[in-house]
Amino acid sequence: MTGKIAQTQTSAPNLLTRLLRAREVSLMALLLFVTLGTAAINPLFLSFTSLKDLFLNVAIIALVVVGQTIVLLMKHVDLSVSSVVGLSAFLTGSLFVAFPGLPVPLALLFGLGLGAVLGSVNGLLVAYGKVPALVATLGTLYVFRGIDYAVVHGGQINASNLPPSFLGFATGNLLGVPNLVLLVIVVMLGFGIYLGSYRGGREYYAVGSNSEAAVLAGISVTRRTLTGFALSGAIAGLAGVLYLARYGTVDANAGSGLELQVIAAAVVGGVSINGGVGSLLGAGLGALLLGVMSSALVTLRAPGFYQQAIQGALLLAAISVDMLVSRRSAKQNAKGRQS
Amino acid sequence: MKWRTLLGWEVTLIVLVFAALFGGALLSPAFLTASNLTFLTANFSEVALIALSMTLIIIVAEIDLSVASTLGLSSAVLGALFAAGWPIPLAIVAALAVGALAGLFNGLLITRLGLPSLAVTIGTLALYRGLAYVVLGDKAIADFPAFYTNLGFGTLPGTPIPIPIALFFVLAVITVVVLHATAFGRSLYAIGANPVAARFAGLRVERVKLSLFVLSGLMSALAGVVYTFRFASARADNAVGLELGVIAAVLLGGVSIFGGKGSVVGAVAAVFLIGIINGALTIVDVSNEVLTVVTGLLLIGSVLVPNLLGHFRTYRERRRAKGDRVIQ
Repeated sequence: MTGKIAQTQTSAPNLLTRLLRAREVSLMALLLFVTLGTAAINPLFLSFTSLKDLFLNVAIIALVVVGQTIVLLMKHVDLSVSSVVGLSAFLTGSLFVAFPGLPVPLALLFGLGLGAVLGSVNGLLVAYGKVPALVATLGTLYVFRGIDYAVVHGGQINASNLPPSFLGFATGNLLGVPNLVLLVIVVMLGFGIYLGSYRGGREYYAVGSNSEAAVLAGISVTRRTLTGFALSGAIAGLAGVLYLARYGTVDANAGSGLELQVIAAAVVGGVSINGGVGSLLGAGLGALLLGVMSSALVTLRAPGFYQQAIQGALLLAAISVDMLVSRRSAKQNAKGRQS
Repeated sequence: MKWRTLLGWEVTLIVLVFAALFGGALLSPAFLTASNLTFLTANFSEVALIALSMTLIIIVAEIDLSVASTLGLSSAVLGALFAAGWPIPLAIVAALAVGALAGLFNGLLITRLGLPSLAVTIGTLALYRGLAYVVLGDKAIADFPAFYTNLGFGTLPGTPIPIPIALFFVLAVITVVVLHATAFGRSLYAIGANPVAARFAGLRVERVKLSLFVLSGLMSALAGVVYTFRFASARADNAVGLELGVIAAVLLGGVSIFGGKGSVVGAVAAVFLIGIINGALTIVDVSNEVLTVVTGLLLIGSVLVPNLLGHFRTYRERRRAKGDRVIQ
């Protein structure tokens, strides 16, 4: 038994081939290609302000992708994130209206907590109610948005309702990097390490690749499912607070339609919708790539009405190429193992 | 057993439809008038049309998220060709052909390249909506002749039945017959339940799926034509976000998201249930917010309640078995 393991280890590809085969490397290359190609035509694309705007635009999507990735790893999906973002943004805004002196960290905590509660509803439905994730979260997408409509009641939160310290938090920066972007990077790194190297994190992969085997290995699949959805909700709740800080103006429709963008970013980043495969680095790069593509189209002055179509075609191309490449390398791996 | 529980859900839905009608009548005396019912049913004709093909697609364990974008694209094509001076019947045929092509493209990517339908149709959701803008920009084409707009919001002569809903009923009957009474229809359940076994049994799984995606594109385009005439307006952004509403209705109708289970009757009943509740709440000025919550709760409840009941039953049986042993 031990001999067999040692053998597979020696026959495993070396670091360089593994690196070349990794999804993240091809994504990075594509990202560089698009960025440098655009910059070659219009050097302003790489100017400090336009890069800052790019990262600020991607930040919120990239943050929500973190939670979505955890859920996708378990072979589930969370469609309700857009409604959680909207509800959290508006309720946090209302909190500021009621308590103008509210410290910023408390607002972030409030968003996290609210999101965790909403996410736990999804988790309970999926883990204990045995409702398929797509049905459960499509349902809560409507329910949470409905609650949002009821609370907002045609009203709106404006920047004038918000304390300058909170708005300053979004626009402020540390050594030139916007706080918002820093926060997202910290969350990504934290969860990246957790998913990659900690037992709890690895369990999400185990649940998604083979839930029966995971049960036999002593993993509590129901508990993992519950915490996974709670985390996805909590992160979406945090994203809601940042959405409010970034845009200042929030109405009942804030964040709607975000769910498909987030899933698209994760899928482009190589997170499999069939569970068990993907990394946060890849998902983050996916979000960045979609953001770079759309801002490159603006920079290159693509005719307005063509932009969305080109974006759609690029998204489709990215998905197709990515899936085909990953299938091919999986086939090669299988062949290598057989011989 | 499986059939009995399935039928049980459909009967429940139909009872709920009548309960909603009754509730609406209690809320407002104007609710059960012919003109209100006409208005109310016409309101969900596009969702109803697309729900038919979506039911078949979800039964074979696939999904099509691009339906609303295909609707917008066909609406834009119809408007642009009409504005360019094409005779309307020809423009309609072209709009339908574009929809079928859009569905074919989805189907080819899914069956030939073997890509997951969820990923492909998220991509084409963006692509087709973008193409709609390429075709029509942000213009709105509105000056359609009265004959055609009447097809959109008129009723069958002598009845209060809206013409699009009459069209829907004809297509629904055809779908029921095809799904439940032909070998092709039965094969969809086999493919959804276990595609590998279906392939071994000699079914052309890929070809069947391809034809269903073409059908889905065609039905979305038909819904696009209906939408255009009903609102007398061809726009690139017509029916944005409709896809989730269609999927919600089909799933509420008891069609399993994992494929292999469900019926057209259930899906149709669910479309009517959501539409009637919507109409009843609108007539008493209950805002959209309640409807949104109700749709979500119905959707979750339709799966959660039977699951919990089943759980409760096994729990009781187990306790009873335990009790027997103690007595012995």
